[in-house]
Amino acid sequence: MHDLKPLTPLGSTTAQIDRFAGLTISECPDWALASLAARRGREQDTATAAQNLLGTALPDVAATATSGDFTAFWTGPQQWMIEAPHDSHEELATEVKSAVGDAASVTEQTDGWCRFDLEGTRCHDVLERLCNADTRAMTQGQVTRTRLEHLGCFLICRTKDAHFSVIGPRSSAGSIHHALTVAAASAI
Amino acid sequence: MIINHPLLGPRDAQEFTFLGDASLIDRPDWEAEDAAEKFYEYAYLRDNPAGLHRELWFHETGDRSWLVVTRNTLTHEITDVEMASDVARSKGRSK
Repeated sequence: MHDLKPLTPLGSTTAQIDRFAGLTISECPDWALASLAARRGREQDTATAAQNLLGTALPDVAATATSGDFTAFWTGPQQWMIEAPHDSHEELATEVKSAVGDAASVTEQTDGWCRFDLEGTRCHDVLERLCNADTRAMTQGQVTRTRLEHLGCFLICRTKDAHFSVIGPRSSAGSIHHALTVAAASAI
Repeated sequence: MIINHPLLGPRDAQEFTFLGDASLIDRPDWEAEDAAEKFYEYAYLRDNPAGLHRELWFHETGDRSWLVVTRNTLTHEITDVEMASDVARSKGRSK
């Protein structure tokens, strides 16, 4: 029997946590992701089926919706990403697909992305040096896609002024982590 | 330059990539008698107006939607921004 050990996006067996005065940057490997795209003419069916699964309506433009284990965030017109704890929803894409049937297309995304959470009052000082997003204006539950360290990343405001998630391409996790920690070290 | 995205509001032009003339939406009918001539025009011939120009922009580091941007080539002033999908549908495409 092989003894396979899962690695985090940064290549370790434990999640990296970097602490600064007023800011904690933590690697968050414990989340499953699946993308959901409504098929043409089936937008209403997708909305209904997704609501039944998630327990909340799919979020509108640039918004997120959370209910129980699930968070859905808007990624584009009639497209969303669904996020849930990996331990309890390892097969998230299958779960979403069986809920929406042929009304929408679902793609497994879990290991395509890495997530870094910025928590603390100094999060704006880091983010404003790295990306275009006006994080000070973002309210809880807002999401935007922005360029960070030359990479297209989703930026979610979990708590206004205090907690942001950066979700970027997993293969560039090292570059994102480098950008975040260098900016934090220089700003704080 | 700022592009006023119909869904997301004002966004910096560096988030977008430029494709070209919005007439690229009007792909000719490949079954038409004069398809060869039409495709030659579609692929190679462009107007080069000094003034208002409708062009396709892609929100690459944003929501990845295609936009039809009406831009004045003399002043760079942007007077209109539409979702390309809406423009295509209004022409009877993507039914």
